[in-house]
Amino acid sequence: MSTPLLEAKQLFCERDERVLFEGLDFALNAGEVLQVEGPNGSGKTTLLRILSGLSSAFEGDIFFQGEPVSEVRDNFLQSLLYFGHLPGVKATLTPEENLRWYAALHPETDTMRERILEALENVGLFGYEDVPCHSLSAGQNRRVSLARLYLSHAPLWILDEPFTAIDKKGVAAKEALIEKHAAAGGSVILTTHHELAIKNLRQVNLGRIETAELREQPND
Amino acid sequence: MTNSTTSDLGLGAVFWITLKRDLLLAFRRRNDLVSPLVFFLMVATLFPLGVSPEPKFLSEVAAGVVWVAALLSTLLSMDGLFRTDFDDGSLEQMLLSPQPLALLVVAKICAHWMISGLPLTIMSPLLAVMLFLPDGAMGALVVTLLIGTPTLSLIGAIGAGLTVGLRKGGVLITLLVLPLYIPVLIFGTGAVQAAASGLPINGYLAILGAILALGVVLAPIAVAAALRISVSN
Repeated sequence: MSTPLLEAKQLFCERDERVLFEGLDFALNAGEVLQVEGPNGSGKTTLLRILSGLSSAFEGDIFFQGEPVSEVRDNFLQSLLYFGHLPGVKATLTPEENLRWYAALHPETDTMRERILEALENVGLFGYEDVPCHSLSAGQNRRVSLARLYLSHAPLWILDEPFTAIDKKGVAAKEALIEKHAAAGGSVILTTHHELAIKNLRQVNLGRIETAELREQPND
Repeated sequence: MTNSTTSDLGLGAVFWITLKRDLLLAFRRRNDLVSPLVFFLMVATLFPLGVSPEPKFLSEVAAGVVWVAALLSTLLSMDGLFRTDFDDGSLEQMLLSPQPLALLVVAKICAHWMISGLPLTIMSPLLAVMLFLPDGAMGALVVTLLIGTPTLSLIGAIGAGLTVGLRKGGVLITLLVLPLYIPVLIFGTGAVQAAASGLPINGYLAILGAILALGVVLAPIAVAAALRISVSN
């Protein structure tokens, strides 16, 4: 069996004296899409921030390609595309400038102008490349950030609610993109409240423990 | 999964791109750019009105007034250094970049100095003339500000990094950073006063330079660590 791209062992996280998850184990292989499920407040975003390395408020081990992630941090960051709650789009810059800045930070990103314009066209922002982002709508700003998915060559995508404020047609296009990425050997971890129409979708449910307890209570 | 069209940039290029980006951002938000400068001018203008317009008195306190005004004006602009990047998620992307965070931080501080400390230094002779600073001390004032203001930006960035996660970081940053500004202020004004009395100022400049050298080496590392802590909460 090949080593999983990303593996979590016995993850434990507590917030404000409330246990979000404990003993959480999962592995993500190349070509897999993993959906983190759970009700609001169940720790989905927290889990993704922990996996990406933004948050260190947890116990347990995370392995990247079989090595502890803290030891292969550079390699891990080069392979990672993180899409968070905040789009990371500067309001005073244009979409093209934003994407160029992202490309400078993340070397595994296309920087050719044709590719950037193509990516913007793919997210439905054709003709907006020179408009400052503060005059775009919230959904359009998220789309600017999502255009990174078309430019990046990073194998591991961590996407937190990528479909928020995106219209139906946009969601279908992103689903197709995620499937294509997985088919090419990439891996995706995402949270969403949408019903995903993706083949080979695996799920991790964070709300499982609490909902099980809730169901048992009426019998008492 | 490498591709020849991707951006495999050297550290120098990343530094340059970050610097250019921050300067461009500042240029597009010009009111943020101007307000510390106006503050600097106002403090130095109000001082003679409030205390005494006597040339003899003013020439004695000119160095101190210009330096304190520069220091407060730098402090005023410090809170914004990482604030917008934190609010819109750009800071997360900086932390998740394979590029060294300290390098990005140095570029941002450098840009901050170019839009705050450098214009202050350029404007300082004007204020010095207004406050009757002796001619012999003019050069010393400009040189000490030129060495001192980058240090103020570097030290202030540590405070900005630590408080960026807090909703009201402005007051806390003042409390954290102001004590660390004291040595810079003492040696800065000391040099100008020594020059006014015709004494050599090399010793003062050497100490200011040493503080700057220490700041350039250590502050970016401290800021990077502070930012990681601020974002992880």
